[in-house]
Amino acid sequence: MSVVAVQARVHRRRRELLVTGVLALVVVALFVLTMMVGSYRLSPFQVLGSLLGITDDPSVDFIVRDLRLPLAASGLAVGLALGLSGIVFQKVLSNPLASPDFVGISQGASVAGVVSIVLFHWGAVTTSLTALAGALLASALIYLLAWRGGVTGYRFILIGIGVSEFCIAVVGYVLARAQLFDARAAMTWLVGSIGQTGPLQLRILLVALIVLVPVALLLGRWLNALELGDDTASALGVRVETARLSLLGIAVVLVALSTAAAGPVAFVALVSGPIAVRVVRTGGSVLLPSALVGAAVVLGSDLVASHVLPVPLPTGVVTGAVGAPYLIWLLATVNREGRGG
Amino acid sequence: MTPQTRQLSAKDVSFGYGGDDIVRHQDVEVPTGRITAIVGPNGCGKSTLLRGLVRLLKPTSGEVLLDGASIQGLRSVEVAKSIGLLPQTPVAPDGITVADLVGRGRYPHQGWFRQWTADDDRAVSNALAVTNTTDLADRTIAELSGGQRQRVWIAMTLAQDTELVLLDEPTTFLDIHHQVDLLDLLTDLNREASRTIVMVLHDLNLACRYADHLIAMKDGVIAAEGAPVDIVTPELVGEVFGLSCQVVPDPVSATPLIVPLGRHHH
Repeated sequence: MSVVAVQARVHRRRRELLVTGVLALVVVALFVLTMMVGSYRLSPFQVLGSLLGITDDPSVDFIVRDLRLPLAASGLAVGLALGLSGIVFQKVLSNPLASPDFVGISQGASVAGVVSIVLFHWGAVTTSLTALAGALLASALIYLLAWRGGVTGYRFILIGIGVSEFCIAVVGYVLARAQLFDARAAMTWLVGSIGQTGPLQLRILLVALIVLVPVALLLGRWLNALELGDDTASALGVRVETARLSLLGIAVVLVALSTAAAGPVAFVALVSGPIAVRVVRTGGSVLLPSALVGAAVVLGSDLVASHVLPVPLPTGVVTGAVGAPYLIWLLATVNREGRGG
Repeated sequence: MTPQTRQLSAKDVSFGYGGDDIVRHQDVEVPTGRITAIVGPNGCGKSTLLRGLVRLLKPTSGEVLLDGASIQGLRSVEVAKSIGLLPQTPVAPDGITVADLVGRGRYPHQGWFRQWTADDDRAVSNALAVTNTTDLADRTIAELSGGQRQRVWIAMTLAQDTELVLLDEPTTFLDIHHQVDLLDLLTDLNREASRTIVMVLHDLNLACRYADHLIAMKDGVIAAEGAPVDIVTPELVGEVFGLSCQVVPDPVSATPLIVPLGRHHH
């Protein structure tokens, strides 16, 4: 057998492991940094010592475990969930624009969240649950409307954009009719911030990640086949509709739970996958790298939003400011290559 | 490779895409170990028939049989171990390398928890060698020429290691020189690796030259089938393609050569 092919594979695998390792280190560093900064600064050793239970300093333990760990864990979990679901959507629907915050799923959650806050004055937990239901309903609606003996990427995306516009209109209407105080609360939630994640929402999201990330990585086999087109995937023995529904299902649950936890943090799902593809550069599977990029983007954006800007702002302000120019660039270049349509 | 030879046939099959059937009540017998070409004018149902044979379409009547058993009753992965398909427009993911793409053809041989094995390496190396693409292993698909790209896709189909290889218009986007190269390659595979090949071809003359068995289709039914020398006549070409022509022996291969007549040349 020729050595060339084996070498090519080993080389590719090594690069994927290396990049994934480096990304994981970056995420760990940002995770620790998030717990270091604030009105009272801590050293990385104090943070790690407290987290791992090596040191015993009650005041440091209080700051790290009770005050800052929930925020850092929320950033990590929301980022992983958005990064993973974004790349799954983009690969399954084979379009770099097809992230869940574009095809109506985050907007479904937004409508439900805003209605919950403005019309019913529900609390944080109920608002999260309502947002979760909104995201799931929007996805089911898009899937059913796009179904025509199977679901193609284009139908899903176009119907998703329609649903998205409808939801944005409803949000606008509800906000226009709201009392000022309610509208303000709703707007804060809509921008999305990992600071608003409650302990219950965080716990549900973490459990979902622990279960669904390994499942998604296993189903990555299906994704690798689906990428080659439906005909090739079927000819390789993949049941295309089952594969597509399972993968999208996992992605929807992740994005719904993360929106329920932190509100619709914009653009993270859109940018993570393409960034991961560019840093890995082997054309292979990028599920784990995308999840890690998502976590790095959310943690990094929140550090900027909370500590670098003159006034602390929600995470979504920074992700939006970084993501919007990327979207413009994507629309310009993708159309030039004739892929985005 | 498995020693047994797979027998693919169809009884009274009809296929369509939801509306009227495009292929209607046809019997097909794919000669094992030979090259079969399906020809016919645009829209005659030749690609539809090919897609149906590899279970991309569910028959609206009749059934497709693999070794006498209905293909609908088999597990998808089992079918994929016997029949490979190169579709008309396969999609290469951005940035994928040749070796990686060819490796994806190993899907039906891999399990959920089974890592890549030496068998997979062997199959990929072999597929690259046979298609003369070993030197391209590290390149990305985007860097390749049309002819190289098509050879890589065939390598992927070969890595799947199936006895039956089906190809939907494999020569369409190639210039004539690469068309001949590719059909030579498929003939090598047929003769040296004893693969059964079924392909949809546009060019009737090349089909006559390379196919052992020709299936000529018109309006969803098989108009004639058999060895090209036996069936290709001016009458058949007139009936199937609506073209007046002379049929002369190909000076190189002695197979039928269709010389079209036109308003200015007759």
